[in-house]
Amino acid sequence: MAGLRQRRVRRQRALRWIVVTLFAVLTLLPLVAMFEFTTRDGWDTWRVFFDWKALGETYPILWTGMKASFWLVLLSVALTLVLLVPTVVWVRLRLPRLRRVVEFVSLLPLTIPAIVLVVGLAPVYAWVVYFVGGSSVTLFLAYTVLALPFAYRSIDAGLSAIDVRTLSEAARSLGSSWATVMWRVVLPNIRSAVLSAAFLTVALVLGEFTIASLLNRANIQVAINQLGKSSATMSVAVSLAALVLAFVLLFLLSFAGRRRNRERKTS
Amino acid sequence: MTSSGVRLSALRRKFGNVHALDGLDLDLAPGELVALLGPSGCGKTTALRILAGLEDADSGRIIVGDRDIANVPANKRGMGMVFQAYSLFPHLTAIENVEFGLRLRKQSSTVRRRRAQEMLDLVGIGAHAARFPQQLSGGQQQRVALARALAFEPSVLLLDEPLSALDAKVRVQLREEIRRIQLEVGTTTLFVTHDQEEALAIADRVGVMRAGQLEQIGSPEDIYRTPATPFVAEFVGLSNRLAGRVTGDVVEVLDTKLPLVGSVQDGPATALVRPESVDVTADPAGAGRVVAVSFLGPLARVTVALPDDTLVVAQLESARLPELPTGTAVRVVLRPVPVVVSAG
Repeated sequence: MAGLRQRRVRRQRALRWIVVTLFAVLTLLPLVAMFEFTTRDGWDTWRVFFDWKALGETYPILWTGMKASFWLVLLSVALTLVLLVPTVVWVRLRLPRLRRVVEFVSLLPLTIPAIVLVVGLAPVYAWVVYFVGGSSVTLFLAYTVLALPFAYRSIDAGLSAIDVRTLSEAARSLGSSWATVMWRVVLPNIRSAVLSAAFLTVALVLGEFTIASLLNRANIQVAINQLGKSSATMSVAVSLAALVLAFVLLFLLSFAGRRRNRERKTS
Repeated sequence: MTSSGVRLSALRRKFGNVHALDGLDLDLAPGELVALLGPSGCGKTTALRILAGLEDADSGRIIVGDRDIANVPANKRGMGMVFQAYSLFPHLTAIENVEFGLRLRKQSSTVRRRRAQEMLDLVGIGAHAARFPQQLSGGQQQRVALARALAFEPSVLLLDEPLSALDAKVRVQLREEIRRIQLEVGTTTLFVTHDQEEALAIADRVGVMRAGQLEQIGSPEDIYRTPATPFVAEFVGLSNRLAGRVTGDVVEVLDTKLPLVGSVQDGPATALVRPESVDVTADPAGAGRVVAVSFLGPLARVTVALPDDTLVVAQLESARLPELPTGTAVRVVLRPVPVVVSAG
């Protein structure tokens, strides 16, 4: 009996390792191949990549795209969180009947193809250009809409895990203003949900190509695409860096969530 | 500690077509503990939430001390509240939870730490100050919540069924602690519960609510012994519903004349008789028959079926159980204590 169980445990362990190894190979192989491709003619590509001054001078398109994407990430994450967190909390507390409507509206961008969105966004951006100019950074408005479904899901799941109503009423009765309720009570308790919403937004903005390209704006993906036609190695190096950055963010995110849980369990 | 009196007058609140509060009047003297008791949907929690500022009344006045606070937001009312659901902030330790209200009142860290520790000691949980809520049992969490509600010296303490999520033993223990602490700090307290035993055990006065109004308010003894209405008699404690006939100021039930509480028109009526007012003795010639016996420790309840299929529950000392096994023929005698009757 014990032998049978041991054999089963061994078999399961072996199966687990096979799955993990397969997954690692499938994930890492393309990355290794990309890295190998960028170093085939020496380390020049990476040397330029990390020397930002040289990068700006050698590949102005890339530099412009990277700068735009940096600001796009910051502004999209900020606007998404500033809009979404208070709205979702308020709907939960005061307007529970509107929850379905807000959910529907937030999920809508997911169901509309990017090309259709562009058709709708083009006249909107004509006005944006008229009022604030044609900078690529203005794309953050469209990206906030694109990020809504993911960020909403994440924040809503975070709020479902706590009793927002009771916690905020307790805080109110103790003397908190609504701002304090949000800042000191709600946000610390949905921290990992907010982080995850932020991360998803970052990933989405870093990977977005269609809207930027069709609206004739430059972001990192558009730059990579253009660069691919003239300098394939640098284009692949930037893609690889973007992927690694996404992995690092994901790792940090799960690490932050885990550490928090462990602190609570052990202290 | 400044403890204020509270006056709720003509409070009304409607949810859709339902009148949650229908002109509620309630006074709490400074330092008094009043329990609001009633079935689900009677408006007791709505009354408490309106006093806390978590709901708005449609009309009526809320006076604390000598100030009408109907338009004061919840965070400016200075009332401590303990909720039915566990309400400790999960990201803060027990002591940080207790410090929360003091921090908002800009107390220095030394003062608030000392005060929070004092409060945790008061509720008997000082040793667990550094634990997070999820590391505490339900009873411990409610103790911390009580310490948190009292730490900033509220003018009024509001307890919204704080014991209903706990198991029976902890519930009894904690309700006695709540009373001890309330007497010690002397805060005016409104305690909402649907558990009559809880209300009768710890309150100075018990208010029984029905359909958004106070049906009766009085000392626990008054509420139990001289219920003003059939609803109160039936809701508080067990009652046998026995058919009888009213003549003047007595009602005749099972051949016994019982004095009436209040005045009722002559004619047939249903008397509400407490099980402890019913005596049962084994008698082969008796008309009743024991159909069920439940042992409750020092006391026991014996259910007797009468020839017309009426069931009568009697409460006796359990030492008498051996003479009353199921199936025994018995005689039922009512003690002549005042009873309430409902018409018909």
